[in-house]
Amino acid sequence: MFLIYCPYCEEHREEEEFHPKGQAHIARPADPEACSDKEWGDYLFFRDNPRGIHHELWVHAVGCRKFFNVTRNTVSYEILESYRVGEQPRFTAEHPEGRPVETVAAENVTAKAEVVERQEGVKA
Amino acid sequence: MQRYSGFGLAKHTLSHHENWERQWRNPTPKKQYDVIIVGGGGHGLATAYYLAKEHGITNVAVVEKGWLGGGNTARNTTIVRSNYLWDESAALYEHAMKLWEGLSQDLNYNVMFSQRGVMNLGHTLQDMRDIQRRVNANRLNGIDGEVLTPEQIQEIVPIMDCSKNARYPILGASWQPRAGVARHDAVAWGYARAADALGVDLLQNTEVTGFKIRDGRVYGVHTNRGDIEAKTVGCVAAGNSGVLAGMAGFRLPLESHPLQALVSEPLKPILDTVVMSNHVHGYISQTDKGDLVIGAGIDGYNGYGQRGSYPTVEHTLQAIVEMFPIFSRVRMNRQWGGIVDTCPDACPILSATPVKGLFFNCGWGTGGFKATPGSGHVFAWTLAKNQAHPLAAPFSIDRFHTGALVDEHGAAGVAH
Repeated sequence: MFLIYCPYCEEHREEEEFHPKGQAHIARPADPEACSDKEWGDYLFFRDNPRGIHHELWVHAVGCRKFFNVTRNTVSYEILESYRVGEQPRFTAEHPEGRPVETVAAENVTAKAEVVERQEGVKA
Repeated sequence: MQRYSGFGLAKHTLSHHENWERQWRNPTPKKQYDVIIVGGGGHGLATAYYLAKEHGITNVAVVEKGWLGGGNTARNTTIVRSNYLWDESAALYEHAMKLWEGLSQDLNYNVMFSQRGVMNLGHTLQDMRDIQRRVNANRLNGIDGEVLTPEQIQEIVPIMDCSKNARYPILGASWQPRAGVARHDAVAWGYARAADALGVDLLQNTEVTGFKIRDGRVYGVHTNRGDIEAKTVGCVAAGNSGVLAGMAGFRLPLESHPLQALVSEPLKPILDTVVMSNHVHGYISQTDKGDLVIGAGIDGYNGYGQRGSYPTVEHTLQAIVEMFPIFSRVRMNRQWGGIVDTCPDACPILSATPVKGLFFNCGWGTGGFKATPGSGHVFAWTLAKNQAHPLAAPFSIDRFHTGALVDEHGAAGVAH
């Protein structure tokens, strides 16, 4: 039984409250109409399936019902971190020991600014 | 190869069964083979056997990182059926079913194939409509199938709760009488012994660590016991297919999930058929030894851990007790997981790859055991002729870019 930390509820809760929703950080093609069959097929069906560190999307289905990301080892099943959608992971395949907190925090500030910019663009 | 027979058994009693020959050799890898099969499970061994038997290609190595049949072949719930909805998959699984029917004789090995019938229950009106559609599709494809009423179900399985008071009342079922179970270890061992007798080298404890690729063509594999060369390489590695594809430099549309099963303590004969339910989500049969074999759903997350999660065990046993209140106090003996390679359309991939000479047979997901003979048979044809067998052609990896998926999700009575 996993104990999963929900970054919105800020609590560890049991696995049964959550649902796994597949690989995290999949960017929808910016212009789907312009995709070739190859690109669209890759986007729809091809997923990372690593032995080791994996970033996945979970939903706190019977809690706050929010989606968030989890970094988990697919062999030992150890959960390394939970983080909100739009944030970057600390633990990656290249950095299994974890990157410095400050680097990740700085990246997240930039990412958030980009999201705001994109949303403003949509509104305009 | 020493043939097994009743006479042989009697003869060996005279020497206290001490002189049986080993079932297969344990050879040292040669430098070069015509074909290398990566993965020594049921599908890989069957491929090697049919390569040797049907196509006369006997200079074949099966490279296995552990022991033969130690992966999903020995971790499934042994159910064999062919009642798939779509023409493409029905043809493939029915091809396998026909081979199952003569397999013990063909291999001279008792695989204990028992055609005790498989029942897929319906608990809702939509279930029943799907069942009727599937049974009709099966019959049009020449596959046996019937729709049963709750009264007929009760007659076949008297211990099942078919009352209207159940939480999810049973409204009917599809029934394939030719379906059943087979002893899964024996399938791997039977194929291994027969392939070995035809000259195939079974290389155990030999792990592939990479492929030798030059100018987009494969010409061998790197292993922990040195390099082995071959112009044709077939990968049949189930849950680890994605890892192998990564070594060869391309991606597969597969995700590996743990799928678990459990067995109870042995009981006296009580259930002489296979019962599956999509809706309450569990399936059950009884082995000749008396254990109840119970299957569960996959864990939703990716994993390579060969163990399942406890919430899944709990849900499965709730489903079983819902259908069979009589089993509520049966104790479970063992529980284990296998790593299944699930495809987005719940159908396998039997295909050439971007690397010439390298073929993949994978993506069988949660239902590969039943296809073992058919999968090996068509994959051997594909490897021998360097083109897809007509039954394998719809299962090319191209379908994820052309869109010609064979969508068997939920349609096949697959309880996942």
